[in-house]
Amino acid sequence: MKDTDVRQGTLALMVLKTLEVLGPLHGYGIARRIEQISGDLLTVNQGTLYPVLLKLEQEGSIASEWGASENNRKARFYRLTRQGRKQLQAEARSWEQTAAIIERFFTAKAQDLK
Amino acid sequence: MKTLRRLFHRLTSWATSARDEEFLRAEFEEHIAMQTADNLRAGLSTSEARRQALLKFGNVEAMKESYRDQRGLPLTETLVLDTHHALRRLRKTPVFTAAVLLTLALGIGANTAIFAVIDSILIRPLPYPHAESLIRIGTAAPGLPGLPDSLGCSPSMYFTYREENRVFQYFGIWYVRGASLTGIAEPEQPRALFVTHGVLDALGVKPLLGRWFSEADDTPGSPETVMLTHGYWQRRFGGDTSIVGRTLTIDSRPRAVIGVMPADFRFQGDPELILPQRFERTGQSLGPFNSQGIARLKPGVTLEQASTDVARMLGIWLYAWPLPPGMDFTPFQNALLAPRVQPLKQDIVGNIGSTLWVVMGALGLVLLIACANVANLLLVRAEARQQELAIRAALGAGRGRIAREMLVESMTLGVLGGALGLGLASAALRLLVARGPDTLPRLNEIGIDPFVLAFACGVSVLSGAVFGVIPVLKYAGPRVATALCGVGRTFSHGRERHRVRNTLVVVQVALALVLLIGSGLMIRTFQQLRSVPPGFTHPEEIQILHSTIPESLAKEPERVMRLQHEILDRLAAIPGVVSVGFGDAAPLESFLRSGNPVYAEDITLTGGQVAPIRRTRKVAPGYFKALGTRVIAGREFTWTDLYEKRRVAIVSENLAREWWGAPGAALGKRIREAGPADPWREIVGVVEDVYDNGANVKPPEFAYWPALMDQYIWGGKDGAAVSFGMFAIRSSRTATEGLLAEAQQAIWSVNGRQPVFLITTLKTLYDQSMARTSFTLVMLALAGGMALVLGIVGLYGVIAYVVSQRTREIGIRTVLGAQPAEILATFVRHGLLLAGIGTALGLMAAAGLTRLMSSLLFGVTALDPVTYLAVSALLVAAAVLASYLPTRRAIAVDPVQALRAE
Repeated sequence: MKDTDVRQGTLALMVLKTLEVLGPLHGYGIARRIEQISGDLLTVNQGTLYPVLLKLEQEGSIASEWGASENNRKARFYRLTRQGRKQLQAEARSWEQTAAIIERFFTAKAQDLK
Repeated sequence: MKTLRRLFHRLTSWATSARDEEFLRAEFEEHIAMQTADNLRAGLSTSEARRQALLKFGNVEAMKESYRDQRGLPLTETLVLDTHHALRRLRKTPVFTAAVLLTLALGIGANTAIFAVIDSILIRPLPYPHAESLIRIGTAAPGLPGLPDSLGCSPSMYFTYREENRVFQYFGIWYVRGASLTGIAEPEQPRALFVTHGVLDALGVKPLLGRWFSEADDTPGSPETVMLTHGYWQRRFGGDTSIVGRTLTIDSRPRAVIGVMPADFRFQGDPELILPQRFERTGQSLGPFNSQGIARLKPGVTLEQASTDVARMLGIWLYAWPLPPGMDFTPFQNALLAPRVQPLKQDIVGNIGSTLWVVMGALGLVLLIACANVANLLLVRAEARQQELAIRAALGAGRGRIAREMLVESMTLGVLGGALGLGLASAALRLLVARGPDTLPRLNEIGIDPFVLAFACGVSVLSGAVFGVIPVLKYAGPRVATALCGVGRTFSHGRERHRVRNTLVVVQVALALVLLIGSGLMIRTFQQLRSVPPGFTHPEEIQILHSTIPESLAKEPERVMRLQHEILDRLAAIPGVVSVGFGDAAPLESFLRSGNPVYAEDITLTGGQVAPIRRTRKVAPGYFKALGTRVIAGREFTWTDLYEKRRVAIVSENLAREWWGAPGAALGKRIREAGPADPWREIVGVVEDVYDNGANVKPPEFAYWPALMDQYIWGGKDGAAVSFGMFAIRSSRTATEGLLAEAQQAIWSVNGRQPVFLITTLKTLYDQSMARTSFTLVMLALAGGMALVLGIVGLYGVIAYVVSQRTREIGIRTVLGAQPAEILATFVRHGLLLAGIGTALGLMAAAGLTRLMSSLLFGVTALDPVTYLAVSALLVAAAVLASYLPTRRAIAVDPVQALRAE
């Protein structure tokens, strides 16, 4: 359970960032984008993206509507809401802080800690 | 906020789940299509492109599942689904379902009903505002042996207490008696509550119409008034609101109706009319103590403070009032009069609590046995589903999921059974209220309220959990391999598999034994009570009626007696009447008892000793013959005794023995009542003891006086005669409409249509005196009977199941030459072993538990060996039968068939 939560949290942050950068996008587009950037995180199961999208939508961070895809088929497009934008900023900040702390821990040498 | 929003989404999407499912599929499909297109572009073949896309997406179903989990309310959804499945499964096995529901309905229904009784009698407060500050005030006289535990209050006490008290907000005294309502087509004798000012104020129940009694209404000389209770107003006057202001003739006096009490007004004795007492202050003496005191305490006053205050006032009262005429001060001085103050509720409820808790305990045990039975049935059911469960577990169903499903099924059974049980309980309560024993206090308040409803729900769910958790523990576990291997009935099952079932049966047998012993002890108690010679014979033949000779018809004692004599003669002339008797009360008419000190001329009381209180009764010739009370020495009164005003008396055997050692020795001795104002009367007869307080209480010592006397301590200057009298008619036509009509005519032809009332038979009075015993007996016998049937059915079920599991083995053994008798013996031994262990445990439990009911027993101890032996034998015999029947059926089967039965 704990494990999924962490992954879901990471994934959610990526989804929000992707939508911020690329604007409204369908699920496949988001998956592709994350895959391109993250390399192997999503290569196993693209499907895990959908529960995350649902959760974000239920929380009001993203909204969705049905539209036409590039090859003119019905697809669901997700876009960032104002609240989602705020959440992204907040979480990105906290993520950066966390990352910075972890970074410092891992680079610290024994003599630095004296 | 985020969580709330999610919950809201979940709730709404739960409602729209079918459409969402469609969208979800479309979205997934589109995702895969796009991936496939990209793969194609990357140069993969058509089929490979789609395969890769699907692989990359992952397990679509698992994804949908996790999506769904997030979207709706998964727990609620599965619960609804499980319930749905459970109901479908139950519908598919109607016999099983019916058996379980019936068992549970009986168990839960019985418990709910008795809980409703306990709730309304013991738990709920009395139906008055702030009922906790209402108290009953009585008087104790520990110095006078033979008196009841608590005497009432006298009118003089009313005046003293009202004027001198420091702790009462309101105080008054009351009593209930019949009052004749005449001047209407059919004269009646409604139950009338006589109250002083203060009683209704203390109760605090406002009238529905009109007003309460004012102080003026309770003062002699003002216009006479009456109030009606709701039931009587409805029944007698059709709820006519113009009744207020009308005049009714009650006890031959016109009285104006001033008000009607509301429908929910209740009072002891279930009165129909309420009348003011209107005591004259002048002329009151210390006695008589035949009214009940009631008070509402001032806020903050405790029971102890009230008691102290009453004790103080008793000291004032004793010297403030004159002695009753003809009595001296010694008895009052030696009586050690003390207050007896108790909460009104305790006074009303009395000691019925012990009976009710015993019954509740018994029915609780029945429910436990029922649960054990149901658990056994569920075990069999789970066993049959074992392969299905194993396969589901293998396919990934979690232990929790399977356990939940099984529990949901049990809970469904529990709740359905509870609902049926509630129906049964409400029917049983309606029956109880309509026909219940009068000795049950607050009977008309009994009903199902939210508290009882909550109890029924709780018991249902709890039972569901109790019998549901046993199969869950046994079968929901991860035992895939064993279950899948042991397919079918290829093996006979090991002992170990039956352990749970065996334990359940042992528990059932043990509990059933406890209950059977309980009911056995009650049966023995009842037998013992019945075997006590009550002091009368064939009470079912004795019709009892009461009527009065009003003062307007005859005032002079001899004239009154002549009229009563004439009624007696007319009653005796009715066809089918064997004998008739007349007196002031019949045996066991507790509300008409009177008692006073009785002195013997040749027995001198030494140093401050007080004459014990004896029961006194005034009778006419033929009284003892009609009732069947044996005359042991001497004779009954004669009419000559009465009309010549001879000073004669009759005493009971126990009084004669106490004073003179033998019945014969009492003849010729002289006794008198209460004090020097009463003349000495010569004992002319000694009669058998009459169990006037019920067969379970030592018979009181009696002094019988003639129904007509020239001089009597409580009589006027002309003497005394019984004007308010009881007629006992011994006839084969007792309790028939015909006899009653003719008797009524005979009475009316003499006393000018005065109401005939308190119509009953001596048998009814006799049964009423044992009502509590028979109520407990019936309830415990019901519980014991249900327990026996359930326990035996449980045992039968286990043996039948074991036999069915071993049919193949029986076949093999038969083929190999085993005798049917040997096989039979094996299984019967199994049954007997279980029953034996159960009986042993049950006997130990019974020895401990029956002690709780020792206050209900009479003539037997809680460890009565006869009961213990008889009940154990009964149970073991039933166990043998329950093991024998299914086995015999199995060995009757052709062994070849048994072997093929796979």
